[in-house]
Amino acid sequence: MKVLVTVKEVATVEDDFELDGLGIDERYLEYDLNEWDEYAVEEAVQLQEADDDVEVVSVTIGPERSEETIRLALAKGVDRAIRVWDDALAGSDLLDVAAKTRMLAEVVAEEEPDLVLTGVQAKDDSFGATGVSLADAVGFQWAAVVNALDADAVLNEDVAKVHRELEGGVEELTEVDLPAVLTIQTGINEPRYASLRGIRQAQTKEIAERSLADLGLEAADVESDLTLTDLYEPESEAETQLFDGSAAEAAGQLATVLREKGVGAE
Amino acid sequence: MSDVLAVADHRRGELRDVSFELLTAGRDLAEATGGDLHVAVVSGPVEEFAEHLAVEGVDVIHTVDRGEEFNHDVYVQAVTALAEDLDPAVVLMPNSVNGLDYAPAVAGRLDRPLVTDAVDLAWDDDDGLVATREMYASKVETTVAVDGDRVAVTVRGGEWPPAVESGDAEVRAADVAVDESRVGSRVTGFEEVAGGDVDITEADVLVSVGRGIEEEENLDLVFDLAEAMGATVSASRPIVDSGWLEKGRQVGQSGKVVTPEVYIAIGISGAVQHVAGMKGAETIVAINTDPNAPIFDIADYGIVGDLFEVVPELTAAFEE
Repeated sequence: MKVLVTVKEVATVEDDFELDGLGIDERYLEYDLNEWDEYAVEEAVQLQEADDDVEVVSVTIGPERSEETIRLALAKGVDRAIRVWDDALAGSDLLDVAAKTRMLAEVVAEEEPDLVLTGVQAKDDSFGATGVSLADAVGFQWAAVVNALDADAVLNEDVAKVHRELEGGVEELTEVDLPAVLTIQTGINEPRYASLRGIRQAQTKEIAERSLADLGLEAADVESDLTLTDLYEPESEAETQLFDGSAAEAAGQLATVLREKGVGAE
Repeated sequence: MSDVLAVADHRRGELRDVSFELLTAGRDLAEATGGDLHVAVVSGPVEEFAEHLAVEGVDVIHTVDRGEEFNHDVYVQAVTALAEDLDPAVVLMPNSVNGLDYAPAVAGRLDRPLVTDAVDLAWDDDDGLVATREMYASKVETTVAVDGDRVAVTVRGGEWPPAVESGDAEVRAADVAVDESRVGSRVTGFEEVAGGDVDITEADVLVSVGRGIEEEENLDLVFDLAEAMGATVSASRPIVDSGWLEKGRQVGQSGKVVTPEVYIAIGISGAVQHVAGMKGAETIVAINTDPNAPIFDIADYGIVGDLFEVVPELTAAFEE
């Protein structure tokens, strides 16, 4: 059985930052593996640990810089990785879901996985749509926002029995036949830290590069239909009364206000 | 003419609030495009739902009577067929967990660009649709122009006021055939997440802890404060995801909605999913190192500072 995990390197913005045109000044960005993808990687690696016949392959769309992040997935137990990139993608400031779908669909056609795991969303553009879009494009079944997966059923019955995390503390129990795409929610497992041995092994694992031409695509196929026209800090509508001074002074003032509201009264 | 098609969201026999917010967003758009507002209601008690959805500004409600509960394969087929038939300029869907389970496939089948999680929408006859959406965990807002005059959009809940004034929409049973051989997903049931020993929805004062607490052992700080105040401890998602507190203590979209008299957010940035669960609190207090954290947008009182210094002082003040 083969499990394909999509991963993405995303930028986290520091608390204080400056804008640079239609983006955020590089100096205030820190790059890391997308939080949701960490859980997807862990879920795949756990399947592999439960059954030696499971191969886990990661795929990412990203520039050379993202290899460092992809190595992190390899260090956690992913067997090999594929990195899709092309000069034609470098100029796009907002790659849309359809463009990502076309590229990932070609990788799915090449790899023929039984199960594809994606994060529910990426922390940077937060579309939350690529997994389901990909599934329908390649004719796979799917389930979105999965927070429990029955590993036995995947490995032995070719069925994904999942819980979908709905709003308000309700979960939907759903079954889909493999091949399927599942979008993985945070909290489904406890992502491991990479071991030193894992980090060493990751250095020798393959990250295969794929250009658009390798995937049989042209620049026009990945032209985004969405154009970023503005990016700005949202205006704060705050009317917060802030307490200043030392921690003790501020806490003392807050305590006075809270006591007036009846907090702490027996 | 450029119509708008909005798709209602419902669960276990009830229309969800976002359905009525979608109608407001759809009505505004239809006014701008000069077209009609169509509403699709798929599965469940569709006749009863249609009565509620017939608010002012809705022209036609299309009902698809197939099954009781949400099934994405049914939704994809029904919404795609209706959109092919009506050819609306915009297909509006909810950015709910179920919305995200079918909207991407609908957009793909219709070969339309997809914009998700929109918080504002504008239509211009020359430029088409311009959507406002957040990026980088709500640190920035962006506007996005969509190339093409046929678009699919999901809208965030709680951003538009609900449409309530009753109107006189025409209700039509949609002529949509669902191909049962293409319904592959099987919904076998629902589960309520166990509440544990504590009912945070009943508490008058909640001391709520988030990612800023950094380590599990630091939770003692928060429990000490809660004890001194006579409050109950709740948490934001990362704390529950890490397994440090039980799911029943989680405040937010996927956890509990709470309306205490006082809500004290400690080390919680205030992501939209969290705010959805606590904005109804009477008094909101925030303690956070980041002065730009969104939690300060809704807080009545705040301390910009290190929780590891502030919280023990606050505990001491209540122990006096």
